[in-house]
Amino acid sequence: MGAEKTVTPKLVVRDLNFYYGAERALKDINLTIPEKMVTAFIGPSGCGKSTMLRTFNRMYQLYPKQKATGEVLLDGENILDKKQDLNTLRAKIGMVFQKPTPFPMSIYDNIAFGAKLYENLSRHDMDERVEWALRKAALWTEAKDKLKQSGTGLSGGQQQRLCIARAIAVKPQILLLDEPTSALDPISTAHIEKLIDELKAEFTIIIVTHNMQQAARVSDYTAYMYLGDLIEFGDTSTVFTNPKRKETEDYITGRFG
Amino acid sequence: MPTFLREVHMKRHNLLDILFRNVTRLSAFAVLMLLVAIIVSLIIGSLPSIKTFGFRFLTSAEWNPVTDEFGALVPIVGTLVTSAIALLIAIPVSFGIALFLTELSPRWLRRPLGIAIELLAGIPSIIYGMWGLFVFAPLFADYVQPWLIEKLGPLPIFGPLFQGIPMGIGVLTAGIILAIMVIPFIASVMRDVFEVVPTLLKESAYGLGATTWEVMWHVVLPYTKIGVAGGIMLGLGRALGETMAVTFVIGNAHKLSASLLMPGNSISSALANEFNEAVGELYTSALVELGLILFLITFIVLSLARYMLYMLTKREGSTT
Repeated sequence: MGAEKTVTPKLVVRDLNFYYGAERALKDINLTIPEKMVTAFIGPSGCGKSTMLRTFNRMYQLYPKQKATGEVLLDGENILDKKQDLNTLRAKIGMVFQKPTPFPMSIYDNIAFGAKLYENLSRHDMDERVEWALRKAALWTEAKDKLKQSGTGLSGGQQQRLCIARAIAVKPQILLLDEPTSALDPISTAHIEKLIDELKAEFTIIIVTHNMQQAARVSDYTAYMYLGDLIEFGDTSTVFTNPKRKETEDYITGRFG
Repeated sequence: MPTFLREVHMKRHNLLDILFRNVTRLSAFAVLMLLVAIIVSLIIGSLPSIKTFGFRFLTSAEWNPVTDEFGALVPIVGTLVTSAIALLIAIPVSFGIALFLTELSPRWLRRPLGIAIELLAGIPSIIYGMWGLFVFAPLFADYVQPWLIEKLGPLPIFGPLFQGIPMGIGVLTAGIILAIMVIPFIASVMRDVFEVVPTLLKESAYGLGATTWEVMWHVVLPYTKIGVAGGIMLGLGRALGETMAVTFVIGNAHKLSASLLMPGNSISSALANEFNEAVGELYTSALVELGLILFLITFIVLSLARYMLYMLTKREGSTT
């Protein structure tokens, strides 16, 4: 899939190590995430895939004992640098979580929330931005008549698309999806997967998933991780059909994990 | 065991069970009966006063035991104003405490600070009263009140609130002491409800690039608003009924004054001060009616608080 397109590196990870206190959760990770493609991280629980994602927007910084060393270069700039402003970083790298997390406010305000933090949009421009984000997240037709209603009143799948709309309303370059469908039913999951496929035209998408079929369906590149090590990284079709490493093959074929 | 013996045994069991059930039921109903009995005796006690003064009791500021002329306006206003001052100070301070404890404080500091706040709630109110009268009021009179009178007194609309002489005791002092007393209650409820906000919800807001303040103000506070309101109501309930501390510092004067620096009176401190010396049916009855009014005010406030907390748990139950 991804091989035919020209590949531009978006995020370059160099010698990344991550620590929860004294525990080392990522071990000398090196990889390059290509622009405007979907990169999936798979692996058993505790392998470090979510940790990796939380390093990319420095979410770990909320917790005092967590620490990352090495480099993560976004368009050549090291985001782990102390001088990196967290708010601008998070404007460039949005995130969607395991469970839908609508804010306790109207659908409209949910989406305007992030955009308001960075831009001073007029009422008209904000209306347009909200519509744009909802259309991108394939929620516009369902939500356009209840923009003033609470976001918590939507169904689970709709709430998750609302969260995606909220993230892209900021116009980020990268979207981090942390097991975005793990709390959803199969139909909503299919919706989200279709959405991911459409969104990659504009955004670089990094998805963590427990579901290997999902990784195979939606991603261009796949990284298999185990106990903090990056075991294998490459073209999704290669990783799934012709893995180089025995461990990857065992995991993918279900012999382990 | 033969059948008939077993039956006897079971019958006795049934009897015990019925007895047990009725004893517990009696205890439960006793609470309700006590409540009703208190209300009824308050009403009966205040009948002479109600008959004599009628509705005028609520609107008259006259309180003269010599001429047997009684009106509750001064203590009602005093109770409401001191409680309002207390909340005005306590709500933002409590929000700050709760915010610091849940979001900003280093982990090792959380427990000691939390315990200190709970200890503050456990200090007997008479100690607040003594401290207020002997320590706080003189300092307040020497350093703060002259400044308030000089700077705020001449202002157009708010000016009259801060005119007079720096005496230390007065309505404002009582409000401040009350604020210190209700802060632990409001702060610990706020902390508890902030702590149940799902981590993912906060991380979602942080993930969009919001600052701690934006996360607290736009996401955490709206999410917990009912619990926060419930905590404030509990604090208000306490402020309305507080007796000893207020009696020490409010000045106990039955005079209606626009200035917060002047002495006033609250319902509970009027009761505490005057019951001993109340002679004559009408004087006693007027005091009982004051008690009835306080009872009604706190009853309404506490029912509102209960209702809000109930709504909070109901909502939590439906979303998880």
